[in-house]
Amino acid sequence: MDIKLTIDGKEVVVPQGTMLIDACRQAGADIPTFCFDPDLKLAGSCRMCVVQPKGWRNLVASCVTPAQNGMVIETESPDVIEARKVVLELMLARHKLTCHTCEKDGECNLQDYCYRYGVTESRFVGKVHSLFKDDSNPFIERDYDKCVMCTRCVRACDEITGARAINVMDRGHHAKIATSFDGELADSPCVFCGQCIMVCPVGALSSKIAAGKGKPAQNEKVLTTCTYCGTGCTLELNVKNDKVVGVTSNRDPEWSPVNRGALCVKGRFGWDFINSPERLTTPLIKENGEFREASWDEALNLAAQKIKGIKEGYGPDSLAMFSSARITNEENYLAQKLMRAAIGSNNVDHCARL
Amino acid sequence: MAQEYRVLLEYADKINPEKASDYIKVGGYKGLEKARSMNPKDLIEEVKKSGLRGRGGAGFNAGMKWSFVPQYPETKYVVCNLDEGEPGTYKDRIICQKNAQALLEGMAICGYAIGSKQGYIYCRGEYPFVVELLKNAIGNAKESGALGEFDIEVRMGAGAYVCGEETALIESIEGHRGEPRFKPPFPGVEGLWRMPTVVNNVETFACLPYILTNGAEWFAGIGAKSYPGTKVLTLTGDIENATYFEVPTDYLLRDVIYELGGGVKGGKKLKAVQVGGTSGAFIPPQNLDTPIDFDSMSAIGAALGSGAVFVMDETRDIVDIVNRIAKFFEHESCGQCTPCREGTFRCKEIMEKINNGRGSLQDIENLKLLARVMMKASLCGLGQAAPIPITSTLTHFEYEYLRKLV
Ligand SMILES: Cc1cc2nc3c(=O)[nH]c(=O)nc-3n(C[C@H](O)[C@H](O)[C@H](O)COP(=O)(O)O)c2cc1C
Ligand code: SF4
Ligand code: SF4
Ligand code: SF4
Ligand code: SF4
Ligand code: FES
Repeated sequence: MDIKLTIDGKEVVVPQGTMLIDACRQAGADIPTFCFDPDLKLAGSCRMCVVQPKGWRNLVASCVTPAQNGMVIETESPDVIEARKVVLELMLARHKLTCHTCEKDGECNLQDYCYRYGVTESRFVGKVHSLFKDDSNPFIERDYDKCVMCTRCVRACDEITGARAINVMDRGHHAKIATSFDGELADSPCVFCGQCIMVCPVGALSSKIAAGKGKPAQNEKVLTTCTYCGTGCTLELNVKNDKVVGVTSNRDPEWSPVNRGALCVKGRFGWDFINSPERLTTPLIKENGEFREASWDEALNLAAQKIKGIKEGYGPDSLAMFSSARITNEENYLAQKLMRAAIGSNNVDHCARL
Repeated sequence: MAQEYRVLLEYADKINPEKASDYIKVGGYKGLEKARSMNPKDLIEEVKKSGLRGRGGAGFNAGMKWSFVPQYPETKYVVCNLDEGEPGTYKDRIICQKNAQALLEGMAICGYAIGSKQGYIYCRGEYPFVVELLKNAIGNAKESGALGEFDIEVRMGAGAYVCGEETALIESIEGHRGEPRFKPPFPGVEGLWRMPTVVNNVETFACLPYILTNGAEWFAGIGAKSYPGTKVLTLTGDIENATYFEVPTDYLLRDVIYELGGGVKGGKKLKAVQVGGTSGAFIPPQNLDTPIDFDSMSAIGAALGSGAVFVMDETRDIVDIVNRIAKFFEHESCGQCTPCREGTFRCKEIMEKINNGRGSLQDIENLKLLARVMMKASLCGLGQAAPIPITSTLTHFEYEYLRKLV
């Protein structure tokens, strides 16, 4: 059944059960949000998305309030603007405002909304408790001095990854995101997928591997498919000056139909080898205990000769093929063909078992 | 002279609250019998007709609340709110200690009305002795057969004020952090373990046996028309008789203090009275001639709330008291939503600043702004009501603030 309501003077028709936020967006309103995430369960807690239904005593959080027939909604009334400004000022009052060095600079909800509502400073400055978590893990920076407590990381960890590594600890102003007993991620069920970074609306969570190499907002994004395994996750290579400086998620289901932005530790953090000086760029042959560079022809000839020799001396089953899950299905097909048809053994396996 | 009118507490200290047989001797479990002879729909109508409204603070019509519960799901729950976290409130404890069987009977009546066989009582963590009492009372009532198929389990809180909010209470029973849920969905549709659930206060449930036994009209005729029945009040602060009373709801606040309460302690003058607990408004002496019922209290910008009456004499420092209240809310905010998590903390900071003589007019402006946004944009009643002591004292006792400014 459809219902009709008026939003900022425009009439909109939506199916029953539609949340106000969607109805407002349909009417062209730009609703700011922190805790709302279309891929996660609703929280309704940041109160940034409040709007004003005519005749109601209170404002309502549009992300968790179902649209009702006949409602008259204002999305930028003086009360709404006042509430949003105060929410922002309350966040700012405890925020480590270091946009200049922040990885999130340029695509941060807090920064963008402060700009939009002209919030330059907070009227509620006072005591600040530092919640920065010095976590020795190699992947994720946990700077809760920038956290706005939207709990998106908690929900992503639970609902997307299923790890349940983090949750809210303590109460009130002292509430914070923590692993059980407020330990380090490495001692928790965390699998370092970085889904928490993906959903964080501010710079509280960021990649240690990409830190300082280029702000994601300024990097060129090259959409590609992760080469680590056969799942085929879409990811965005962050490119700066022709170098890969990071990986971010593309969450658009059109572009990222397989994983909708979700990645694993390898896809999100395992890219820094690309520019590593230790990376092999030519084949190496070991002679007298030392490696020397060789051409592909020389190396392949040597390998073929040795394989042939082993096969002749000890039979085809003395050889085994171990191929890689990082190559394509077609390449893996060819690899087993080589093993079975040319060498004559069924000893074929690959690395995805590791 | 205005008198107490005891319904729930008529046999206080004359019967053993743990014994169903004692209660039955004074007419107990007749209401449940009557309820069970009725069709559940008619029963809900009868409760609606009595005009009984929630005694936990929100004042919602009990029968109306029950009528929102859908019929089809097989599993539904009846939950009794005995969190009683509101400072200065102990009327639910008194009702349990004097007349626990009436609570059990009321819950069973509700169970029959909505089609639920399982009740829970969520008891304040600071009341372990009440948990014992209730467990014995339930055991005894079950043994006597009075409750029939209806079972009641007692669950204990861990000392969080916010767990008195019905959805935080439900989360707590489920074993989660005590954080309120956004509404809708309301518990009546999606409550405990996502099943339809009626949450009512102890006193609300305890009224039901009497409504069923004496009839809806009888109840509707007691006290204020729009909030009929009696109300158990607990008096604290600078008052001669710091105890509990049960009065009809059209009873005047002035009589609560000067008749039953015996007046301000030591014959001092009254400065203010806070009704309904910590989040209640401060009422100045000129508003004392107001009946205590829900709507009359609302009309003067106050709230009946839990029925706590906190009396402050002429020597009390309003700003200091409000400062302490601000500390309480800062401590009790669950931390879920921004206006309350950060707002209660900043309110406390500003109140401290003013109380310590370091505040400015700008601080008062900031306080008013913060209060306004917390009331309008917080997720649950805690954040929405936390600024009321501040705003009401800024209205009625502004000079107390002004004289502390630098
Ligand atoms: C912060 C907060 C604390 C509350 N504490 C209590 C309480 O201790 N006892 C209670 O009965 N209701 C309390 N309530 C009200 C409940 O949410 C709910 O309205 C009530 O239990 C419904 O019962 P009633 O309709 O019988 O009053 C509280 C509400 C809020 C917002
Ligand atoms: S999180 Fe946002 S507001 Fe905070 S420092 Fe980073 S960019 Fe600036
Ligand atoms: S990295 Fe993944 S598993 Fe670890 S906390 Fe973040 S979301 Fe959870
Ligand atoms: S770390 Fe980020 S995602 Fe998690 S609660 Fe804080 S702001 Fe939200
Ligand atoms: S108003 Fe306060 S207690 Fe209620 S949900 Fe928000 S933070 Fe929690
Ligand atoms: S976006 Fe709606 S409350 Fe956070």
